[in-house]
Amino acid sequence: MDQILQKLKDAFPGADIELTNTSSMHQGHNAKGMHLKTKISYKGFQGKSLIEQHRMVQKALEAELGNKIHALSINTIAI
Amino acid sequence: MTNDQKSLVENIINSDRIFLMMKGTPEMPRCGFSSRVVQVLNSLGITTYGSLNVFDDFNMMNMIKEYSNWPTTPQLYVDGKLIGGCDIIEELSESGELEKILKPATN
Repeated sequence: MDQILQKLKDAFPGADIELTNTSSMHQGHNAKGMHLKTKISYKGFQGKSLIEQHRMVQKALEAELGNKIHALSINTIAI
Repeated sequence: MTNDQKSLVENIINSDRIFLMMKGTPEMPRCGFSSRVVQVLNSLGITTYGSLNVFDDFNMMNMIKEYSNWPTTPQLYVDGKLIGGCDIIEELSESGELEKILKPATN
């Protein structure tokens, strides 16, 4: 978790980032990896579509998505 | 991705004006996120749309992901354009924007 948060902090400097592990809400679902939820308020999201904003987050966690992270819920806010 | 693969993907996502790549079927979603997108569409009275169950065709799932540069399922397309996954669809639904995007199809 710390490592993932750090990656987000590095990718979105100065952003307000919340990262929550919601894996316990998905028990019995037999998934590999964690369910995470993140809320990122970032200046650099300005002028970008939601799709583009989410792509930036997916890109930052590219290495983790699909193995360490099973599902990532994203909420981006342009500030 | 080859041109042939690109055409295959474009054929399937344009098979209906509204197209959902999902886990399971609209009648029986097999993933919480896919289920939530189906529920949003239902709440807007949209019950007929194209869909692909990725469990039936992993090859197509991988091609769509590459085509759209979007790593996860579900993916909702309108007029062949990616609108979003579960988070974006719920967000656009709450803001009322999704209805506007989807509306011309149902009129």
